[in-house]
Amino acid sequence: MVYITRKIEFSAAHRYHNPAFSAEENRRIFGKCNNPNGHGHNYVLEVTVGGEADPVTGMVLDLKELKEILEREIMNRMDHRFLNYEVPELAGQIPTCENIAALIWKLLAPKINKGRLTRVRLWESSDLYVDCYGDGAA
Amino acid sequence: MRLELTRRYQLAASHRLHSPHLDEAENQRIYGKCNNPYGHGHNYVVEVTVAGEVDEATGMIANLDDLDRYVGREIIEPFDHRYLNKDVDAFRERVPTTENFCIEIFERLKQFPGARLVRIRLEETGHNSFEYAGQRNGDEK
Repeated sequence: MVYITRKIEFSAAHRYHNPAFSAEENRRIFGKCNNPNGHGHNYVLEVTVGGEADPVTGMVLDLKELKEILEREIMNRMDHRFLNYEVPELAGQIPTCENIAALIWKLLAPKINKGRLTRVRLWESSDLYVDCYGDGAA
Repeated sequence: MRLELTRRYQLAASHRLHSPHLDEAENQRIYGKCNNPYGHGHNYVVEVTVAGEVDEATGMIANLDDLDRYVGREIIEPFDHRYLNKDVDAFRERVPTTENFCIEIFERLKQFPGARLVRIRLEETGHNSFEYAGQRNGDEK
């Protein structure tokens, strides 16, 4: 098995707010992330696909294809968007790094037909990232 | 959905690699410059990885403020801007290699109540790093 990782960057805004909580609770739990008009990050996404190298092409999958999938599924959906309002798949969820990484996994896993999606690593900033492994074993 | 959250922290500390079980010549041969008598320092980067269920109400595995406070109290406060050999009890007898430092950090954080500690990855410099995930089944003590 060999693993191939492609990295992309997108910029997006979000806000942490749970309407079931009072204003004080939202403030206490989410802190600055609860500021009313949101804030943004330069997200860095690393997508890792595992598989066997094709004996003819020497590739697990064609990076061009992976690039197109990422463009279509992630960049078009999330880049320069306000995640709470413009990404319907996140409706009703707090757009934390955990939930965005899980959504990215769900969007990409069925689209990657050569090799298998192994890991989604989403950096929110240089000191915080979340890894998603789908339902894969530890 | 299996998710792990990793937070990176920085701390600056000094250490000297010197084993009381070895004579001067052996210490010098094994540890080289790291055995110089007054110690030297690094900007360490500590990566703390936790796992758990994502709370539907908050969207989080662990509240970052809680994690930051815990790491601040257990790791940053006792280690940052310290001489590990003299300022940390655990390293009076144990050589403060980054292997041992990594294990010490894991042991100090494994009781974090907010989520399950998965692993510690410790960068001594930008060129070398160490990982510890606790004792696993089959590991020798």
